[in-house]
Amino acid sequence: MENYRLKVEHMSKAFPGVQALDDVRLSIKSGTVHAIVGENGAGKSTLMNCLFGLYHPDSGTIAIDGNEIQVTDTNTALENGISMIHQELKPIPFLNLIDNIWIGRFSKKGFVVDEKEMRRKTVDLLADLNFDISPQTLAKDLSVSQLQAVEIAKAISYDAKIIIMDEATSSLTLTETEHLFTLIRRLKNEGRTILYISHRLEEIFEIADEVTVMRDGKYIGTWAIGDVTIDQLINYMVGRDLKKRFPEKNYQTSDEIILKVSNFTSADQKSFRDINFEVHKGEIFGIGGLVGSKRTELIESIFGLREIASGSLEINGKQVKNENPQEAIKNGFALLTEERRASGIIPMLTVEENVLVVSNKKYANGMLGYIRKSVTEKVAKDTCTKLDVRTASIKTLIRNLSGGNQQKVLVGRWLLAQPNVLILDEPTRGVDVGAKFEIYKIMRELAKAGNAIIMVTSEMPELLGMSDRLAIMCEGRLAGMLDHDCATQVGVLKLATKFIQKSNKST
Amino acid sequence: MNGKPTKKTSIKDFIFDKALILVLIAMIASIVIIEPAFLQWRVIKDILTQSSIKLIVAIGLLFTLLLGGTDLSGGRQVGLAAVIVASMSQTATYAGRFYPNLPQIPIIIPVVIAIAVVAVIGYANGLMVAKLKMAPFIATFGMMTIVYGINSLYISQEPNRGQPIGGIREGLTFLSSTKVLGEISLLVFIAIAVTFVAWFVLNKTVFGKNIYAVGGNPDAARVSGVDVKKVIVSAFVIESILVGFAGILEVARTGGANSAYGFSYEFDAISACVVGGVSLSGGIGKISGVVIGVIIFTIISYGLAFIGVNPNWQLIIKGLIICSAVALDMKKHAYA
Repeated sequence: MENYRLKVEHMSKAFPGVQALDDVRLSIKSGTVHAIVGENGAGKSTLMNCLFGLYHPDSGTIAIDGNEIQVTDTNTALENGISMIHQELKPIPFLNLIDNIWIGRFSKKGFVVDEKEMRRKTVDLLADLNFDISPQTLAKDLSVSQLQAVEIAKAISYDAKIIIMDEATSSLTLTETEHLFTLIRRLKNEGRTILYISHRLEEIFEIADEVTVMRDGKYIGTWAIGDVTIDQLINYMVGRDLKKRFPEKNYQTSDEIILKVSNFTSADQKSFRDINFEVHKGEIFGIGGLVGSKRTELIESIFGLREIASGSLEINGKQVKNENPQEAIKNGFALLTEERRASGIIPMLTVEENVLVVSNKKYANGMLGYIRKSVTEKVAKDTCTKLDVRTASIKTLIRNLSGGNQQKVLVGRWLLAQPNVLILDEPTRGVDVGAKFEIYKIMRELAKAGNAIIMVTSEMPELLGMSDRLAIMCEGRLAGMLDHDCATQVGVLKLATKFIQKSNKST
Repeated sequence: MNGKPTKKTSIKDFIFDKALILVLIAMIASIVIIEPAFLQWRVIKDILTQSSIKLIVAIGLLFTLLLGGTDLSGGRQVGLAAVIVASMSQTATYAGRFYPNLPQIPIIIPVVIAIAVVAVIGYANGLMVAKLKMAPFIATFGMMTIVYGINSLYISQEPNRGQPIGGIREGLTFLSSTKVLGEISLLVFIAIAVTFVAWFVLNKTVFGKNIYAVGGNPDAARVSGVDVKKVIVSAFVIESILVGFAGILEVARTGGANSAYGFSYEFDAISACVVGGVSLSGGIGKISGVVIGVIIFTIISYGLAFIGVNPNWQLIIKGLIICSAVALDMKKHAYA
């Protein structure tokens, strides 16, 4: 028998109505980076939560170095050397690093917390990892990547043998991601094992040694990273042949200008300035750039969610001012926000109610704003059919839908408003591979029908594959524009780092 | 898509879902078993009448609870509206008149004045929450004290000096004394009408749908073009109007008013809402739930007194019901 650092066998876990894990196995070698991939709902996070003691599996065993262990809660997981860096880091904002790292196990001198000792240990820990952060810094003053570094330090402080990283790079810039990867390699060389969960397949090929694919709560297989291609992985994940990642474009974009943005400058001095661009009828206009290049701020300002200092908007040749979202909608704008959960879905309402949030007014009668049930039901049903939303019924609560279907509902919400300019911020974030393709198809159809689409995305393949024209932002400025035909990854990256000074390039 | 939850309500789920209601029905059943006389027409009539005004207050509170807010000043607004209306609706022959020289003005005038005053209070509450971004609990907690202060100042004026106000004219008391259909008080029918209107507003109008949207996810609502601030302010104003109306009915029912009127009504109302399945985190709650919550709560209060349970124990039991309701609410709705 081979020696595995971590071995999971026959693990099953059911939630009401869902078999989240179905006889899953996992064999992880010591001192490797092991990626786990799968669509949303494939059971990756459930599996990790079982390993970390957050969930109790219905059956199955966990063994470390051949010894079976019982993980009843996070404490026993940590005692056994399993540590987890969470998807959404939640430090205690008004405590400093020392307290955040040692919380729950403060050093003590009699009855008193031994601040000196903790400080010494923290300094050692941070120095050991080459983190140049003062241990007295409050957690709220750290950037996401610094927080992550602190979380990793914390994991090491538990002497974790196995570190689980769930979507660790989802909010990191490229430089920060590189930094994280350096760190991961270092941890690996120290003999630690990393379980790496990510939606970004490109990343996995860069960092992982082995990859395990899960689908529908089942174990599909494990491969050495050199033995698979990205397309094969996608096929294993979706369980069917997915020939192309992007739908064909079979129409011409017209020259007619729908939206003209001139001299747009944010009221926030640290944000964007002097932005000029035009979007044509039937065009998908991609905006790329690193995290922090103020793309979201720009489009949210166009939509009236943020204040501008100067600049003008023209839609179909008519000057408009979007002082708030109500006006923006009236002027023919629509915005699918970046954070589906935070500012997209209304979880406790039904699919029907979620579809109609923007357009209730449109279907209302009279002064009271009376809305007929038969009308809204029909509208919701039509939307679901048109966008192929897979839901048990329009009366299902939206939170019970998968990420991809939620996203389609939100797209449908905006289509009802019949916008001229549809702005999509990270349209496929947290959406699984199969549903991604469907969203791309919808985007193509909308463009073909004559809508102007602005897409902000951090995914390079999406930016290159979907945009008719690309605008790349860097440090709040427009670094340059590229046509679809001559846009390459290198070209985009060059523009994305155009204004970054050497000095603030390092984290 | 994978992981679609199957729609299967097992008996266990049903019991969990309705646990509180089942326990409360069991309590009512025990009350009836201990004292079969509880099931008599007079008692049922009393319970209906008592529920009426509480229901209107609870429906008022529902508007703010749906936004994830609350209004701790609700009870004191009941009191303020009551005192204002009472002070201007006394019979000319009553000995200690609040305004000795006030002629017999149409009852509608004091009613409108009282409603207008509480509407301004509701507007202030709404502004604090929507514009100043204050936590509703704190904003309305401050308002609670302010309203009580205003009420006490008002009722302490010469020549009244804080005395309870009595001698309310027939023009107001008829709302309670009129009996329809088998001697049921008109109050019950007023409450039914208010319930229906509120149901219509919440379920059938844009404003109602916006309330659920704002309560469910204010950021999503804002992006969707809902004027969040306007919805919040309107909800507080509507709530105040309903609560003020309840205060006026209270004067009609009791034939008087004093500064203690309405004290802690908001707590009874919030309790009834919670028992009726309204989530304190906002976005979830139905009128039907509130109706059931109010009636069950009234039956239990009335019933416990009826079978002679020590009033202090009654308080403890009520408190336990509220805590269990909130605990269940958290268990049911605390997903992600």
